[in-house]
Amino acid sequence: MTTTAQPLIRDHASAGAAPRRSGRDTLRNALIITRREVRDSFRDWRILVPIVVLTFMFPFLAQFVAAQFADFVSDYGAQIIGERTIPFLLMIVGFFPISISLVIALETFVGEKERRSLEPLLSTPLTNTELYIGKTLAAMIPPLVSSYGGMLVYLGSLLFGELAWRPQPMLIAQIMLLTSVQALVMVAGAVVVSSQTTSTRAANLLASFIIIPMSLVIQGESFIMFIAPDAESPSGIGALWAIIAGMLVVVILLLRVGNSVFNREELLGRTIDQLNLRAALVAIWRATRAIDERGTPARSVFEWYRRGVTLSVRRLGMASWVTLFVFVVAFGGGLLLAQLPQWQLPLPRAADFATPARLLGRYIGVDAALQTDSRGHLLLDNRALPSRVDALLFFVTTNGRILLAATLLAIFSFGVAALIMTPAVYIVLGYLLGQVLIAGYNPSFMLAAILPHGVVEIPVIVLATAAGLRLGAVVTRVPEGKTVGDAWTLALGDTLKIACGLVLPGLIFAGFLESFLTPYVLYSVLS
Amino acid sequence: MIEAQGLTKDFDGFRAVDTVSLDIPAGEVLALLGPNGAGKTTTVRMLTSILVPTAGWARVAGCDVVRQAAQVRALVGVLTEQHGLYERMKGLEYLDFFGEIYHLAPALRRKRALDLLERFGLINALDKRLGEYSKGMKQKLALVRAMLHDPPVLLLDEPTSAMDPQSAKQVRDAIIELEGEGRTFLLTTHNLTEAQQLADKIAVIRHGRIIAQGSFAELAQRFVGAPLMELHINGTVNGLRKDLADVVQIEDCGADWLRYRASDPARSNPALLRRLHMLGVEVVTLALVPRTLEDVYLQIVKEDEAQQGAQDS
Repeated sequence: MTTTAQPLIRDHASAGAAPRRSGRDTLRNALIITRREVRDSFRDWRILVPIVVLTFMFPFLAQFVAAQFADFVSDYGAQIIGERTIPFLLMIVGFFPISISLVIALETFVGEKERRSLEPLLSTPLTNTELYIGKTLAAMIPPLVSSYGGMLVYLGSLLFGELAWRPQPMLIAQIMLLTSVQALVMVAGAVVVSSQTTSTRAANLLASFIIIPMSLVIQGESFIMFIAPDAESPSGIGALWAIIAGMLVVVILLLRVGNSVFNREELLGRTIDQLNLRAALVAIWRATRAIDERGTPARSVFEWYRRGVTLSVRRLGMASWVTLFVFVVAFGGGLLLAQLPQWQLPLPRAADFATPARLLGRYIGVDAALQTDSRGHLLLDNRALPSRVDALLFFVTTNGRILLAATLLAIFSFGVAALIMTPAVYIVLGYLLGQVLIAGYNPSFMLAAILPHGVVEIPVIVLATAAGLRLGAVVTRVPEGKTVGDAWTLALGDTLKIACGLVLPGLIFAGFLESFLTPYVLYSVLS
Repeated sequence: MIEAQGLTKDFDGFRAVDTVSLDIPAGEVLALLGPNGAGKTTTVRMLTSILVPTAGWARVAGCDVVRQAAQVRALVGVLTEQHGLYERMKGLEYLDFFGEIYHLAPALRRKRALDLLERFGLINALDKRLGEYSKGMKQKLALVRAMLHDPPVLLLDEPTSAMDPQSAKQVRDAIIELEGEGRTFLLTTHNLTEAQQLADKIAVIRHGRIIAQGSFAELAQRFVGAPLMELHINGTVNGLRKDLADVVQIEDCGADWLRYRASDPARSNPALLRRLHMLGVEVVTLALVPRTLEDVYLQIVKEDEAQQGAQDS
C-alpha cells in the first residue's frame, strides 16, 4: 500500500483546514435546509392546525376576554386592571404560537435522529454550522410567523374594535422583541436538549429544563406589565429592556452551546439516555492525573506538579486574562463608586488609629496594657476571640466555600457566576479604598491589612475563578476535534488539578499568613 | 482511492473500531463483512467524515477525512443503514433537495435524477409521497440519492437488504457497471452471495478488528485450504486409493466418487487423469467442488473465536 497520506489525528487543532466558507455561502446553504423543513412543517396538519387556530382564532378570543374583563373590573372601579390586562394578553397571544417552536425544534432535531433521516444529511458536505442554522431557522419561522400574525390580528381588533386601545409604540416593539427572543431561547435550548438524546420521549422530558425557567420569565414579564406598562415608568419598561437584554445574552450563550453540541460526532456518537457514570468517573480521574495532551498519567506527585498542574494552568489561556480583567474592572469600579457623592461615607477627617492598634496589639500579644475603656468596660477579652489556628481555619473555609460555590454555579451559568461572585469582594475593596482616600487617610493601613496575605491569596483566587470560568464556558466553545463531553471532562480534570495542586495549598498558606503575619504588619503600621 | 491506516474509534472507554487498515484502489469493490456490532458502520462513518477517528488516519479520493471533511463528503455517496427518507416529500422533490445541497445546477440535477429514477425503475413513482413507497423502493431511492452527484467513491451499507430479487439484480448490475467506469465501492453486507459476486476484495471485521482481508480466492486458500476436486468414475473406487496415493491425496470417497485437494490443479489433475487412463478407469466427471464465501466466512469467524478463547483462558 502506498503511504503518501500523512498521519492526521495526532493534531486535532489543525482539523478542518479546508477553505472557510463565507458567511453568505453558509447562509445560502443553511437556507436550503430551512426551506425544506418549513415546507415539511406546513405539510403536517398537526403543526398547521394549531398555527391557524392560534393565529386567527385565539386573538379574537383574547380580545373578547380583554373586553369582558375590562367591563367586569370597571364595575368595581378598577379600570386600571382591565387596561393593564390588554398588553399582557398581547404577550400571551404572541407567546402561545412560539411555544410550538419548542415542539418543532424537538421534532426537527431529535425526531430526525429517531427516524434516522439525519444521517443522510450528515453525509453531505454541509457544515455543522450550516445544518444548525438551517434547522434553527426552520424551527423558528413558522411559529414566529404565526405569533406575529396573531399579535397583528389581536392589535387590529383592539385598535379598531370597541376598546379603541392606543398603546405606546415602544411597548408594542418590546413585546415583539420579547416574543422573538423567547422563541430563540426555546429553540436554542431545545437544540441543546435534543442533540443529547436519541428519543423524542427523552427530549420532551428534558424540555422541562426550558419550559420551567421560561414560565418564570413570563410571570416576571406579566408582573412588570401590570405594575408599569408605560414608557414613563423606569422600573417597568426599563425592566422589560433588561429582560430582553438578559435573554439575548442567554440566547447567545445557548446558540454557542447549540453550535458546539450540534456536530456529527455528538449527534451520532453520544447520548445521555444511558448515563455511564463509571466511565465518566474514570475519564475524570484520567484527566486529573494527566501530565500531557495525550493523557499520560503522572508517575509521581512531583511529576504531576511539574508537568500536569502547569499544563492545566497553561490551558486556562484566555479565561485567565478575562478573569484578571474583570477583577481589575471590579476593583476600579469600586474606586469609582466611592467617588459618587451619594455613596460617600461620613468619615471623620482625623481618624483615631491608636485604639484599633492597641486592640490588635492585645490580640497578638504585644500590648498588654489595654483591658478596659474609660468607663471600665472590657475592651478585648481574648477568651471570647478565636485562636490564631481557628482564624486560619476560618479564612481557609470561607474562601474555599466561596470558590467552591462560584465554581459549581459557573457550571450552570456558562461561567458567568464565577465572574460575578468572586470579583464582587473586590468592588467592596475598591470602594473602601476610595473612601479612605477621599477622607484623606494614609492608605498604608489598608495595604498592610491586605497585602501580606493578599500576595498569595489574590493570585490563587484569580486562578480558581479562571478555572471555574473555563469549566462553565467550555461548552460554549468546544475545541476542534473534541466532543462537548471530552472538552468538559478535560476542563474538570484541569479544575481539579488546579484546585488540589494550587488553590487549596495556596489558601492554606494565605490563611496562615493572614492569621500569623498580617496582624503584626498591620499592628506595626497602625502603631 | 480509499486508504486507512490504524483507524481507531473509542466511545466512552469502549473501543468500537480497533486499528483498522484498508486499501481499496480505484475501480474496486471491497466488501466489509462482520457480525452485528462488529464496527462496520462506525468504520464507514469515519470514512465519510461523520465521526472523527480517535487514532489512525484515512484518505478518501485523496482527501484527508479529518482535515478535508467537507471535500470527502462531497466526493462520496453514502447509502446509510437506514434509508432515512423524508416521508412527506415526493421522489423528485427529495432528489432535488439533495442535488441543491451538492450545488448541482437545477437542470443538471433534474436530468440526473430522472436518469437514475429511470434506471432503477422508479420513474412511475415520481409523484408519490415517499411514505407511500414500498421498502424496496425507498432503498432504491436512497441509493439514487447516494449516486446523484456522481461521486467517485460509494459507501453502501446493506444496499439490497430490503429488495425483491429483480430490484436487487438491478442494483448489482448498477454496481458492476459503475465499477467498470472506475468507481470505488465499499459495501457492508450480510448477504455473502452478493459479496462474493461483487467484491474484488473482502475484509472481515470482528470486535472492531479486521481479522482477515484479501480476495475470495486468497481467503478461501488460507482458511478452507486448497481447492477441492470431485471425481466420478464408471465403476467402484474400492482398490483405487492405493494406486492413486502418489498422485493425489484423497480426502473422502464414496462408492463411485472421490474428493481430493488440488493445491496445483494444473499439475495434479492431468496426472490423475493419465493414471486413471493407465488403470483403465473411465472418468464420468471431474469438477471443482464449489466453495462459498459463507464457508470461508464461518471458518474465519470460528478461528478467531478459538484464538480469542485461547487468549482469554
